[in-house]
Amino acid sequence: MIPAAFEYSRATSVADAVNQLRTAGPEAKVIAGGQSLLPMMRLRLAQPGHLVDLNGIPDLDYVRVKDGSVQIGAMTRHATLVRSELLRANLPLLAEVAKEVGDPQVRTRGTIGGVMAHADAAGDYPTVALMLDAEIVTDRRRIPARDFFQHLFTTALEPDELVVEVDFPVSTGAHRYLKFRRRVFDWAIVAVGVQRLGDGWRVGITHAGPTAVRAHAVEDALRSGATPAEAAERASDGLNPNSDVHASSEFRLHLAQVLTRRALEQAA
Amino acid sequence: MAVSQLIGARVQRREDPRLITGHGRFIEDRLPVGLLHMAVVRSPHPHARILSIATEAAASAPGVRAVLVAKDFHAQLSGTMPVTPAFAPEKKYVPERFPIASDEVCFQGEPVAVVVADDRYLAADAAELVVVEYDPLPAVVDPEAAMVPGSPRAHVEGPDNIGWDMTFDGGDIEAAFARAEVTVSERIWQQRLAPTPMEPRGVLAEYSPYDERLTIWLSSQNPHFIRLFISGAMGIPESRVRVVAEDVGGGFGSKISPYPEDYLVPAAARILGRPVRWIETRTESVQTSYHGRGQVFTAEAAALRDGTLLGLRLTQVLDLGAYHGTFGAFQACACLMAGGVYRWAAVQGRTIGVLTNKVPTDPYRGAGRPEGTHLCERMVDRVAQEIGMDPAELRRKNFAREFPFSNNFGLVYDSGNYDGSLDKAMELVDYSGWRQRQAEGRQQGRLIGIGCSTWVEICGFGPSEATAGATGGIALVEAAQIRFLPSGSVAAYVGTHAQGQGHDTTFSQIVADTLGIPMEKVELRHGDTAEGPSFGYGTYGSRSLAVGGMALHKAAMVIRDKAQRLAGHMLEVSPDDLTFEQGTFSVKGDPSARKTIEEVALAAYGGKLPEGMEHGLEATSYFDPPNWVWPFGAHICVVEVDRETGAVQVHKYVAVDDCGNVINPMIVEGQLHGGIAQGISQALYEEVAYDQDSGLLLTGTMTDYLVPTMNEIPALTLDRTVTPSPTNPLGVKGIGEAGTIASSAAVINAISDALSPLGIHHVDMPASPDRLWKMIQEAES
Ligand SMILES: Cc1cc2nc3c(=O)[nH]c(=O)nc-3n(C[C@H](O)[C@H](O)[C@H](O)COP(=O)(O)OP(=O)(O)OC[C@H]3O[C@@H](n4cnc5c(N)ncnc54)[C@H](O)[C@@H]3O)c2cc1C
Repeated sequence: MIPAAFEYSRATSVADAVNQLRTAGPEAKVIAGGQSLLPMMRLRLAQPGHLVDLNGIPDLDYVRVKDGSVQIGAMTRHATLVRSELLRANLPLLAEVAKEVGDPQVRTRGTIGGVMAHADAAGDYPTVALMLDAEIVTDRRRIPARDFFQHLFTTALEPDELVVEVDFPVSTGAHRYLKFRRRVFDWAIVAVGVQRLGDGWRVGITHAGPTAVRAHAVEDALRSGATPAEAAERASDGLNPNSDVHASSEFRLHLAQVLTRRALEQAA
Repeated sequence: MAVSQLIGARVQRREDPRLITGHGRFIEDRLPVGLLHMAVVRSPHPHARILSIATEAAASAPGVRAVLVAKDFHAQLSGTMPVTPAFAPEKKYVPERFPIASDEVCFQGEPVAVVVADDRYLAADAAELVVVEYDPLPAVVDPEAAMVPGSPRAHVEGPDNIGWDMTFDGGDIEAAFARAEVTVSERIWQQRLAPTPMEPRGVLAEYSPYDERLTIWLSSQNPHFIRLFISGAMGIPESRVRVVAEDVGGGFGSKISPYPEDYLVPAAARILGRPVRWIETRTESVQTSYHGRGQVFTAEAAALRDGTLLGLRLTQVLDLGAYHGTFGAFQACACLMAGGVYRWAAVQGRTIGVLTNKVPTDPYRGAGRPEGTHLCERMVDRVAQEIGMDPAELRRKNFAREFPFSNNFGLVYDSGNYDGSLDKAMELVDYSGWRQRQAEGRQQGRLIGIGCSTWVEICGFGPSEATAGATGGIALVEAAQIRFLPSGSVAAYVGTHAQGQGHDTTFSQIVADTLGIPMEKVELRHGDTAEGPSFGYGTYGSRSLAVGGMALHKAAMVIRDKAQRLAGHMLEVSPDDLTFEQGTFSVKGDPSARKTIEEVALAAYGGKLPEGMEHGLEATSYFDPPNWVWPFGAHICVVEVDRETGAVQVHKYVAVDDCGNVINPMIVEGQLHGGIAQGISQALYEEVAYDQDSGLLLTGTMTDYLVPTMNEIPALTLDRTVTPSPTNPLGVKGIGEAGTIASSAAVINAISDALSPLGIHHVDMPASPDRLWKMIQEAES
């Protein structure tokens, strides 16, 4: 619980942060909300030699709607997403998901950019990004969500690359995110998101594998006229989740199906 | 003067303003000049031989003052860590425990070296540089497997893994079973729990070499016993060791016994001649603070078809961990309490303590009584189910009703009214209404369950005769000292030590009422062995009020009696001609002739005392209770299980408890809230899990060890009945552990009841969704 020693500096702009990262070398990392990084440092699972703090950069904390997309700055906190009227009007699913991330402390500090970059298997936003074909905007390019999340804690980001924004399509149709967990502030054992978009359903599953997955089989079944119950049986197709102290692999597969059915039935 | 009656009043906790505004005094708040910081290097293996320890790199790291290993401490500490006889006096194998390992490590987290450095970060960095070479040995993980002859041994030198094996016979068990018309049997698992107090452990020691005095600041429930143990080990007279526990941020039993660091920190302070502090990290807390429970029971109950209970036979296999907990054998009392509130022809309990390669187990809130209650209440439900009788009705049929009631082992329950609490609980929960909703729900496939737990516990330890043997010599009584100062303020010292129980408030209520002074005039002191009576016995086993409160009351009465004699002298009447009310002595029949107790106090330090009366107004009293006290009650829980996911929702939780006369209802409710939350938490959430093969801890963080928050705990409906204890002057019983003792059984009985249409009779803890889902799957296929 005592982190190893590290250097610390504050960045004043995105370019400055990238510069500092380059100067400090491969041992350096950026810190956003610190809600994933600090616990790992306290357990000495991460021992970055240098932290570049993004909290002094102005203008990375926003929710905007432009040309049919919802643009969210990387340093936007969970709590801001919960409160944003604009988000509730244009992407209510994400606002509802944000409300159930961690506890009030985590929501006050943690950022959407941090969730994306950290790529925890149980992260909630990656699922929403994946199912809605969101794009992750960095200091140098735009990366579609399906290419961004590569493996557990592994993304397409270069070591000196920063997430600056996440762009989602405006999605106002019926939706539901069901998160199964033991305590309200826990990470999902499994979660399922569904969103009506255009004339089809988008379905994503959290924590049934090393990364979020999009449940194409369920989407296809629904498109071919299957009932929610029938389509939900396809939710576990191709999944191979872990067993851990919270749930066995079989239980996670089962939950993927049950939550998919319930989410589709409850979507409003 | 508006004193009126304080005992029984809902007085707000007067310690709270200080604590909630950040003015508490915890170990980490104290910063003596020259302070050094200790980090502990721990075994990553559950079982291994130590081949070598290389300390050079750590010793030359920045800011490091010393790297110490076992041989350095052997010169400082004599003897081994204590193990008390408690309820299982006949020990078999008791491995010797020195606070730091030298050749063999027997649990993950066992200390092998310490680093002392200028700050905590440097100490932690250098600790990583200590290179220990291990030869891993097979780990003994499962206590039942460990009992089998030929099992690997938790200590390579041990004869086997059996710490004790005793049978308590309470009546002719064979005869009871011979009369049985039905028998039921069950295997009941009590998972290990980590106490996780909000303030982890911490030790700070300062040794002054010139006058050979040692002061230890410690987060402890039990400062006087720690003084006894540490002074003995360090060869310093007890009178020169001072142990101070100021505010203690929760203990739940885990801060009763001495720990390795309690020895290592003072020894390091003596070696270095500087104050040394160690603060437990959360990781260390989950890994190395003594766990609770860790038991598996097999039980068989015999009954008649009309619901008459006959016999209960049980075996408790208790996972001791790698060493006997100092007070670990206390948990064997589960056997003696397994009969609960019922009349049985016979009860027989066998307890087997088994060594494994895990951190030791020791008393944890309830210690043995939650396990006994859980077992008894489960078995009674099983009998009811077997004969098709309503479980509440079966309970009523078998309640003990005549008090004092001697249970099968000769323990004498002081007073009780088990029908009263059950009736009230059933009414509050709307028992018949829920039975109807349950029946209707079942038609629609819903799994609603109702669980009762009618419980009794033994608490208030003492008495001296029963406990002197149990601790190995020192009888558990309690001491208090009251000093009435000349200007009218009163300092009261008690040998108990609160960790959140609100003694500052309740004990002051008792003193203020007894002496007829405002509460604000009472200063309550505890936790410092340099103050007050020569010994104190600590706070655990729901003993503080029923034993310590009585010592305090007794001391206050001594003072009042002396004040009355002095008042009589001052008013020139016989003391018998005085009345005492609201702090004033008045002459009977002449109320204008009077003296307040403050006036008398001043006079006690003055010039005109009666012949033979000594100066001053102070008293030290010890209270030796004639019996334990026996709180009881009825809890009823209503749950619904999600058939598809195994998730449990608690619809309603009602608790009607009886702790005799109540000093402060608000504090009683607070104790119940916390206690019930802990029991619900055992039933649904918490479990210390180890990998069954490697013996490595799987739940080392608070994301994996599930301590619930207020979100997870349902609203509780509390009420009470009042059946005073006849064994102490205030008629009180303990309430600190009651909630925990009662509640796991209520929840699990409710879940088992919910699942009974599927043919499921018993559910183990924690009743996690995964576990329930698997059981439902199996039952349905
Ligand atoms: C108790 C608890 C419960 C939680 N529950 C949930 C939950 O249910 N669902 C959920 O999704 N999350 C949960 N979280 C995680 C939380 O959402 C974190 O905030 C999030 O994972 C990381 O965001 P952060 O801003 O705190 O990032 P940090 O911890 O600061 O950083 C995390 C990682 O991302 C990198 N990083 C951060 N920002 C950027 C950027 N802009 N560009 C490039 N790299 C970057 C950092 O270098 C680091 O490697 C929980 C956390 C806690 C402590």
